[in-house]
Amino acid sequence: MKPPPFEYVRAQSVDEALQALAGAAEPRLLAGGQSLLAMLNLRYVFPETLIDINDLHELAGIEASPGRVRIGAMTRQRRIETDAALAALAPTFPQALRLVGHRQTRNRGTLGGSLCHLDPAAELPTLALLHDATIEVAGPTGRRRLGAREFIAGYMTPGIGPDEMVTAMEFRPWAPGHGASFHEHARRHGDFAIASAGVLLEGDGDGRIRRAAICIGGLGATAQRLGAGEAALTGSRGEPEAVEAALESCGSLECLADFHGGPAFRLSVARTMLRRSLSAALEGMRRHGGGAA
Amino acid sequence: MMHRVEMLVNGTPHAASVEARVSLADFLRHALGLRGTHLGCEHGVCGACTVLVDGVSVRGCLMLAVQADGAIVETVEGLAGPDGRLSPLQEAFSAEHALQCGYCTPGMLMTLEELFRETPTPDEAEVREAISGNLCRCTGYQSIIRAAMRVADDNRRRAGGSDGAA
Repeated sequence: MKPPPFEYVRAQSVDEALQALAGAAEPRLLAGGQSLLAMLNLRYVFPETLIDINDLHELAGIEASPGRVRIGAMTRQRRIETDAALAALAPTFPQALRLVGHRQTRNRGTLGGSLCHLDPAAELPTLALLHDATIEVAGPTGRRRLGAREFIAGYMTPGIGPDEMVTAMEFRPWAPGHGASFHEHARRHGDFAIASAGVLLEGDGDGRIRRAAICIGGLGATAQRLGAGEAALTGSRGEPEAVEAALESCGSLECLADFHGGPAFRLSVARTMLRRSLSAALEGMRRHGGGAA
Repeated sequence: MMHRVEMLVNGTPHAASVEARVSLADFLRHALGLRGTHLGCEHGVCGACTVLVDGVSVRGCLMLAVQADGAIVETVEGLAGPDGRLSPLQEAFSAEHALQCGYCTPGMLMTLEELFRETPTPDEAEVREAISGNLCRCTGYQSIIRAAMRVADDNRRRAGGSDGAA
């Protein structure tokens, strides 16, 4: 065995998990465990108490309707990857989820675990920011909701208190037929990406982009929306000049160096991923008539 | 503190007391003596410890034994028949020389077992994607792909008659 000893509590309800969180010294919630157990094995973290929330079946499940998508925090990544109703409403989800780790880790890994671990290259937080999702959080004083921008507080730091836990994510899907694409580059399939780019484009039915969202993962301390790129595309027909302007605006992103290479290299990877995602999303938008409601 | 766990492993019920920090893979090897499940990296990268829990593949090093309480667990020891006859996938591994040192083999087999249950006739891209989470440092993967495709081809041939009838 690799981790140092810890107390193990198997919560039977959200309230029980919250009570255990409040009552224990140095607690950690154990969701899918696909990052936490690796970190325990490596002794990067050594909590005194692990609170296992895998019995909280009320936190697992997907409700997907045109007005609202709700995904419970304990929904397995494999379930999100293969949900047909979600794929129809938000095609970026299956595209991006296929790139999360490997089949074996997606069978265990959860939405809430990935959101709270908040690796800057992780696909699920990038999708949350791309879709302007709302994160639902339970704490000692009840449930509250916060936007993805507020939730993604910093490098591997969710904007919730130590006595709180994520219970669900919600977002309003874009109009049917919107263009959607997610590309990333990793040295090996399943590794954390050097950079990823998610794109949503909604047309006005006449070939013009009415609404655009771009989110870049992996480059900085957190996933980042590319507001200048979205502005460059909105109102255009996705002409080469508009696409170039969006790509050019990547220069405004925070870009850190890592063992893959310096900021210039990683920025260039991000631009290439964005070029691919923009091209696929534009094609999707045109093919499906633009997503006019 | 010890925790009582019960699980069905390859069809046999087991009950034991474990410390919470024991991984499922260590539990299978040390407590149950099922040493077919191998541990490589112990942080979820290499895939050698892949076993099936309630029918789906998991990393045996990234799941605690206490979490498998009440679960149905399948390991490489369960693939062959009670008489020792190899499963079609194991036969294909042998025929195509899909192993050299054999360290990754249990994980490869369990990963492919999950694939073939869902998709009896996968194409090569599906096989490659399925084993993308299993590292092999001997074979260069080509012989593993050939073994899997041999099983896929056999399955396709066997299904051939009923396909035509439909």
